[in-house]
Amino acid sequence: MDVLASIVEFDRVGLRYGTGAEVLCDLDFRLSAGAFYFLTGPSGAGKTSLLKLLYLAQRPTRGLIRLFGAELSEAPRAALPAFRRRIGVIYQDFRLIPHLSAFDNVALPLRIAGASDRDIDGPVREMLAWVGLSDRASARPATLSGGEQQRVAIARAVIARPELLIADEPTGNVDAEMAQRILFLLTALNRLGTTIIIATHDMSLVKATPGAHMMRLDQGQVVDPTGALRHPPQRSDGA
Amino acid sequence: MIGALLAASPAESRLLGGGRLEGPMPFVIAIMMFVMVVIGAAGLALGQAASIAAQGIAQRYTVQVDGNAAAAPALAASLRKAQGVVAVRPVEQAEMRRTLERWMGPQAAAGDLPLPAMIDVDLAPGASRKAIAAAIAGVPGARLVAHAQSLGPALTALRALGLLAAALVILIALATAASVVLATRGALDTQRSTIEIMHGVGATDDQIARLFQRKMALDALVGGTIGAATAGIVLLVIAGGASRWLSDLTMGPLLGPLHVLLLALLPVAGTVLATLVARRAVLRHLGAKL
Repeated sequence: MDVLASIVEFDRVGLRYGTGAEVLCDLDFRLSAGAFYFLTGPSGAGKTSLLKLLYLAQRPTRGLIRLFGAELSEAPRAALPAFRRRIGVIYQDFRLIPHLSAFDNVALPLRIAGASDRDIDGPVREMLAWVGLSDRASARPATLSGGEQQRVAIARAVIARPELLIADEPTGNVDAEMAQRILFLLTALNRLGTTIIIATHDMSLVKATPGAHMMRLDQGQVVDPTGALRHPPQRSDGA
Repeated sequence: MIGALLAASPAESRLLGGGRLEGPMPFVIAIMMFVMVVIGAAGLALGQAASIAAQGIAQRYTVQVDGNAAAAPALAASLRKAQGVVAVRPVEQAEMRRTLERWMGPQAAAGDLPLPAMIDVDLAPGASRKAIAAAIAGVPGARLVAHAQSLGPALTALRALGLLAAALVILIALATAASVVLATRGALDTQRSTIEIMHGVGATDDQIARLFQRKMALDALVGGTIGAATAGIVLLVIAGGASRWLSDLTMGPLLGPLHVLLLALLPVAGTVLATLVARRAVLRHLGAKL
């Protein structure tokens, strides 16, 4: 039985903002490719800071971060966009571009990657249908409900089939039924091979996702209640 | 190059939102370009006037004979035979008196005002003035006056004004560049969240810079063209009379086809400058972020 390849490796990573105290200290873990992780912890534990490190919006003040097998803690700026294109991010506040339609918001990662309009149209319409927003393609974010904006954000995050999907409270602004739908979408994506990391306070999501692993952050340090970080998941097919 | 700068799909054009010619920049650039073209045209005309005038007087001399006017006809005949001399024209006393009358009034026409005899002499291009000097050497009271020497200060002043105009054009270009930097910084601030989102999905600095530089290029091209066209009309209509007068003075057109082409290229140069400045401002701004 082979241990799944690591998609994320943190080696004694610390992060501080300015001259303040470290908000993350000595983070030392590996995340396996294709696995499903929940990141939990009390408010102020450093979850969002950890996610920023993961989606390359922040550099650590010390330690090493390897993503997709490449050391990125001190990688030049010019090297980062290529890695960011392999990561999908669902922000807690959606971060949709207000003057673009739902269609254009979802199409953004494909356009950035250089896809032509002809190659974009089909996948984006398919993705909008997948999140149940076919009839809202031309709507601007301000005219969408919170749940609809959330689904546009999810569609944008997954449209380019990222290898790693990071979601910060993806169900924080939706009702229980929509939360289940979103979780179903993310689980389906995980089955297609995408590694999922979800930061959440909602323990019902964790319970509703069999096979998911939990990372807990407390006072800037990672706790590993399921042991998945110390003992990464293994392939059962021997592949 | 301009086409490549402005080429954008409708989707790309939508990324920064707003209209294509929104904001004050097209107007600012139009005003700057108007001033730049007017000053540039004035500078080129002054330079051309100085150049034409200098060419016209470079080989022109006047032989002045004080108190010995009787010797002038023989001296003129001698000068005609001198090497390199292409034209000799004794200046009529009546002509001199008419000229003096403008400054001295009717008394200049009185016969009791002593006037020197004057002979205008043109040398062939490259010919030496030594032949003239030799011809007048034996004539008492005769001396040689080079027009280039006597009109030199005026030509120097014309050339200095031309250079001043060029310096003003450069200063206005720098002021335009500074306003482009300020406008770009404002746009970057307004679009901060869009830039963060684009970076988040893997946009490179170059991709983001292209959006801003394309918008600035369009503003500069439209504003610059309007400003230059307006300046052209003003120069043609309002300055037409003065231009004709100056042309008469210098015996030739003050702005040749090359000058007009140079002025017509100013909006293009302005567009390229604005685009490069905007690009540099964006890349510097983005370079300070992760």
